[in-house]
Amino acid sequence: MKLRIYALAYLLFLYAPIILLPLFAFNDATIIAFPLAGFTTEWFSELTQNKALHEAVKNSLFIALMTAIFSTLLGICAARAGAMANFPGKRGIIGFVMLPLVLPEIIVAVSLLVILRQVLGVNLSNWTIIAAHVLICTPFCIAILNGAFQNLDPSMEEAALDLGESRWSAFRLVTLPLVMPGIISSMLIAFTISLDEFIIAFFLTGTNPTMPVYIWGLLRFPASLPVVMALGTLLVALSIILLTLAEILRRRGIKRAGGTDKGGFL
Amino acid sequence: MGLLSAPFTYAILLLAVPLLAIVLFSFWTQDFMDVNTTFTMDNYREIAEKPIYFSLLQRSLYVSICVTIVTVVLAFPVAYFVSFKVHPSRKSLWLFLITIPFWTSYLIRVFLWKVILGYNGVINSGLINLGIIEEPLTFILYNVNAVIITLAHAFAPFAILPIFVALEKIDRSLLEASQDLGESKLMTFLRVTLPLSMPGLVAAVLIVFIPTIGDYVTPELMGGAGGKLIANMIQVQFLQLNNAPLGAAIAIVAMLSVTAISLLFVFLNRRWLRGRS
Repeated sequence: MKLRIYALAYLLFLYAPIILLPLFAFNDATIIAFPLAGFTTEWFSELTQNKALHEAVKNSLFIALMTAIFSTLLGICAARAGAMANFPGKRGIIGFVMLPLVLPEIIVAVSLLVILRQVLGVNLSNWTIIAAHVLICTPFCIAILNGAFQNLDPSMEEAALDLGESRWSAFRLVTLPLVMPGIISSMLIAFTISLDEFIIAFFLTGTNPTMPVYIWGLLRFPASLPVVMALGTLLVALSIILLTLAEILRRRGIKRAGGTDKGGFL
Repeated sequence: MGLLSAPFTYAILLLAVPLLAIVLFSFWTQDFMDVNTTFTMDNYREIAEKPIYFSLLQRSLYVSICVTIVTVVLAFPVAYFVSFKVHPSRKSLWLFLITIPFWTSYLIRVFLWKVILGYNGVINSGLINLGIIEEPLTFILYNVNAVIITLAHAFAPFAILPIFVALEKIDRSLLEASQDLGESKLMTFLRVTLPLSMPGLVAAVLIVFIPTIGDYVTPELMGGAGGKLIANMIQVQFLQLNNAPLGAAIAIVAMLSVTAISLLFVFLNRRWLRGRS
């Protein structure tokens, strides 16, 4: 019982900032502090008129979509290889691919900045951010897809091969439908991470800022803070919807593959 | 190998090669707009000689260690609760609720801690209204404490998940056996549960300790003048002073320090576990 109260208090601690967000987004005052003043939707209507923000959102959505596609493709390769026969060095290779999970993001950011700008002379653009985001999202995709691939019964695909299907069509017709919920779940997670990522994007952004980079700029101006709160409210709502979908699909994927849910994305 | 080659090649090209590049860069120097490619230890000498780098690194390591301790100690009971007390069918719901805040609007979350801890913030106005304090508390914003609180919040799920996974693997009959043999609940926890959850605890420590050194957003927003960390210095060298070689050298020194402390921790933990059995 005591533990339960502690766990609930801990959840409150985790959600404290997110609970405050909508309070200030609808608060009729330019200062972000208590006591609250009154109800307004002014900050949301200001969002709809901000051209620079719209550009930033468009950039971020494009980056997040590309990141979701490419990191999930890489994740599928790794998760399928992980579920197949072992070979010497396999664990080491997978460990290396998972490394960005524990590496400080600033290290990834500066090392990519050096190689892209100073060594290759590439101009920074949305694609430089996509390259980096694919790197940091792939480990999360692998973790989710492992759940979908590891429980598969290999004899099902073998049966298709025995019945005369080619390797590719056996994969496409038998395995792919079974792991599809996991694949969509992995894309949603990668999309959410990329959409929210700031530390790396700040280093690798070109002339067009991403949404978090644009928000970072706004945080310096007290007058724009209520608008940031409104934007944040929308973003949190969007992320919760995407994550809930991802979680439902992840569970469905594990169930379809015949496994039991061990819980959690990681 | 076949299928793995795609993600492996990607990680080689975008992780291993760039990491080698910054190692190389750290031995070069910035010559106005160009990079002078003669091999030199100048950057490392500057880091060793100017006290600012040492004090920033020291403060960063202090913050990372504090964040790790706070995060792991606060997270353990939650992981324990979810693993041992929650009905199996509701475990994923709990984990889902715990991870949600972690994925959403990182920048705005950090900023909101300013609203919570600030001079007119939630905590101060709350405590004043309750009559517990008369003057707003000032030791909780624009200093190292604020940075520690905010980072501990940001990394909480990272600590809970590995501990939870380790606790889930514990064979419950071992706990019954221990109690049947006359150990109290507390002793069972200390002599069975805790040692068996050690792999998860170690993973939690590493997965919190290593990445926290690279965060420059939290110290920038929450740290004030005296709360800047080594990551801020790296960011300034790269993006404002345009001295990539020195920035690279600082990044490498920071990374090596973190790795050394992590290895020491893992080594001491192994010795402790072996000493017990």
